Amino acid sequence: MSPRPGFVLEVDRSTPPTLFWHGERFRLERLPEGSRVIYAPEPLDPLPDPAAAIREALLHPLGDQQPLPALLRPGMRLTIAFDDISLPLPPMERPDIRQLVIEEVLDLAAAAGVDDVELIVALALHRRMTEPELRHALGDRIYDAFAPTGLLTQHDAEDPDALVHLGLTDQGEDVEINRRAAESDLLVYVNINLVAMDGGHKSVATGLSSYRSLRHHHNPQTMRHSRSFMDQHRSELHSANWRMGKLIAESGVTIFQIETTLNNDAFPPPFGFLQKREWEWGVRDRMAFVGASAVLDRTPAAAARQVFHRVRAPHRMTSVQAGEVEAVHLRTTENVWKQQGVPVEGQTDILTMGLPYISPYNVNSILNPILVACLGLGYFFNLYRGRPLVREGGVVIMSHPTPWEFNPVHHPSYIDFFEQVLSQTTDPVEVADTFEASFANDPWYIHLYRTGHAYHGVHPFYMWYWCAHALEHLGGVIVVGGDPAAVHRLGFRAASTMTDAIEMATDLVGRSPTLTHIHTPPLLLADVQ
Amino acid sequence: MKALVVERSLPRFAASRVASAFGSGRGAGVGPLRLLDATPPEAPGADWYHLRPLLSGICGSDLATLDGRSSRYFEDIVSFPFVPGHEVVGILDEGGVDHAGRRLDPGARVVIEPVLGCTPRHIVPPCDACGTGHSGLCENVAFGTIAPGLQTGFCADTGGGWSAAGLVAHASQIHPIPDSFTDEDGVMVEPTACAVHAALTGGVVAGDTVTVIGAGALGLLTICALNRLVKPGAPSTVVVGARHPQQRLTAELLGADLVVPPDQLARAVRRQSGSLVVGGRLTGGSDVVFDCVGSAESLEQALSLVRPRGRVVLVGMPSRVSVDLTPLWHREITLVGAYAYGSERSPGGDTTSHRTFSLAIDLVGSDRLGQLVSAAYPLTRYEEALTHAGSAGRRGAVRVAFDLRHPKGPTR
Repeated sequence: MSPRPGFVLEVDRSTPPTLFWHGERFRLERLPEGSRVIYAPEPLDPLPDPAAAIREALLHPLGDQQPLPALLRPGMRLTIAFDDISLPLPPMERPDIRQLVIEEVLDLAAAAGVDDVELIVALALHRRMTEPELRHALGDRIYDAFAPTGLLTQHDAEDPDALVHLGLTDQGEDVEINRRAAESDLLVYVNINLVAMDGGHKSVATGLSSYRSLRHHHNPQTMRHSRSFMDQHRSELHSANWRMGKLIAESGVTIFQIETTLNNDAFPPPFGFLQKREWEWGVRDRMAFVGASAVLDRTPAAAARQVFHRVRAPHRMTSVQAGEVEAVHLRTTENVWKQQGVPVEGQTDILTMGLPYISPYNVNSILNPILVACLGLGYFFNLYRGRPLVREGGVVIMSHPTPWEFNPVHHPSYIDFFEQVLSQTTDPVEVADTFEASFANDPWYIHLYRTGHAYHGVHPFYMWYWCAHALEHLGGVIVVGGDPAAVHRLGFRAASTMTDAIEMATDLVGRSPTLTHIHTPPLLLADVQ
Repeated sequence: MKALVVERSLPRFAASRVASAFGSGRGAGVGPLRLLDATPPEAPGADWYHLRPLLSGICGSDLATLDGRSSRYFEDIVSFPFVPGHEVVGILDEGGVDHAGRRLDPGARVVIEPVLGCTPRHIVPPCDACGTGHSGLCENVAFGTIAPGLQTGFCADTGGGWSAAGLVAHASQIHPIPDSFTDEDGVMVEPTACAVHAALTGGVVAGDTVTVIGAGALGLLTICALNRLVKPGAPSTVVVGARHPQQRLTAELLGADLVVPPDQLARAVRRQSGSLVVGGRLTGGSDVVFDCVGSAESLEQALSLVRPRGRVVLVGMPSRVSVDLTPLWHREITLVGAYAYGSERSPGGDTTSHRTFSLAIDLVGSDRLGQLVSAAYPLTRYEEALTHAGSAGRRGAVRVAFDLRHPKGPTR
């Protein structure tokens, strides 16, 4: 039986309660009759032989690009850059897709007699990956072959010697990227395209760039004019990256882009109920839910967090494209939409969402309040094409405990941002104008970014900017079950129950509002008509 | 007429110390303080004048004494029995002469500069400190024509502000206050003078990061003094660690640039100073730190927040504390006390000398600091008053005072 497409359910009297993620826990909420629940499409069938599919893609590239073997020759400098720990979510079962792709590329390089090969984690201003994380992404064979000899490096956006300024775009944007990547004869970029936003020129222009470049598009103005990030043609974020990508190409950097898509199989069997629609839960699903909830409700949050972060997703590859950046990305985006797209008629007054324990920026870490805001308003709010799921002036209700808790190793500047910036203003423009530069240039954050496993000092600003479009669009944000102090610091309102939250929302959207719940993850992209 | 009197009684001091373990001021009922009938004190000389208190504040040093927590250092420079109360606004019912030799009519409203230096003690020639205007540092507070006592409120001969029978003040101690002042403004002059002296002791220069630990009355007034007297000539950033929400709000109103809870202070100072961190300690830090608490914890924190060769000003009254002084030695930190008042160099930078009290009176007037008086009690409710003062920050109060205008009147 082929996988079923996404589905919009209208809640009626017989509809069972709806499952909401609530951090490391779950909540069952009875939504008002007439509410809509958007379910993701079922996981697509994976490619039967991923290795063969990858090799096929490398040999038959898309767009104006030669097959990979034709680009390889002895004596050349080859750099392979790849996505960092932020993808996929949750981290996938071994073998990771990056390992599969890079092994094929390395096999071809070896066959062509290429000796000078380096691997670079394209982490931009994200935290450096740990050895276990790198081993997981690349496999032990690649790690052991490259890391001990210094041929596996992590992009350092604060090392002036490791960066090269390629020039300015026609809009005056600095393009500064990793020197090794820029000065290689061939740059192969290996993507995991979890959502439509990922990949394209954004891979190199963002993943291998510096603050000097990123500040041109990671700012409130760009984010407000990206509607949405999932729709490249209406995303100023993408426009800026595409301008930069063109300049990178004009500078003589040859990029061989490899993009991959995954199916929606995000949770393994113990959590199989997360993949199903509630009215289709069987006895086993109900028992699994009750059991998991009972255990999680009695488990301290930190322990529950550890349990969840050990979850490995049974994601499988559904497509692989290689070749010229734009041609590849066009096909990739189509494939992402095939897996995640759900047509939705019209907007809603209230959009509800259950936020899970994980986002791209807290793998093996804490989803701190800033990341809660970013996950809800930066990511889930933007999972649309056409128009936002929620109307202008509408309300987003998020379910998450939102603890006032941070990982000081991963997110040191987040703590200061939360304590010292959001206590003064939550306006993204004022935040940027008043505080960004001092955080971006703070030597302590730079030190921790370069030598530890800390996100760059400016990163919490970017998380807040991701929210800028939603903050401008919405009439209010309510967090169900959130720590009131943390929620208020974010500028949102806290509610104890979903019923209370909906009642509070009516102050802003009027009586008898329409309500839509985005039932994710697994991920979906709403095509709002 | 009633007065609150502190008697030398070791058992009562011990009992008070035990009771104060449950909260500052809780030992009032069992401690050395008693409400007794009193008669007006005798004037020790012709240049002394009788003062009828209107309001008299409860200071941290009063609480420390009554809690049995103050240092034995003071034993020989106080005399028993004494009437506490050195923050006083009152009336010269029979008139008098002020510190500048001006005659004051009967009914004049004044505040007193309580330090009992060489001049009120009729010691001639005065010690070097008094001779140069720094009476707070007087070497003769145990000598002369009156009993030992570093200030009015700790001297057996002068009486103190916590008395309906009044007190006596030497002309050199008397400062008239403007008619526009409320009584509450007046009672804030003395603590404000302490804060002015502290702020001007800091040696703050333009561009400095300044940290204030503690936002009780003394901390808040230090913030105000920094804002009005220091920052105009030396633009600087004042970061404050304040425990309670109302304190944080008030600190911002008084001119603090950044106010955070104490557990966030190190991060705030690190951010402000662009410092790195080693082993949980800042490599740089604040240029000047004002410790307005005076505890081992606050002093330890001050030493951890100040930059190498920075300056820690101890404003809050300490007692015997145990502190690791290694950073003071290793980082060549200057630790300096700031006690009371006397004369100050002009904060504008010229060499003119000003009485600290004159600067304080101006500051109280410009910022209407009388608003910081949060509650006033009659003497008969002294136990409540002291308990309130001991938990002022937690209860959203800044300064608690005794109201002698209405001996049985309502509190506010």
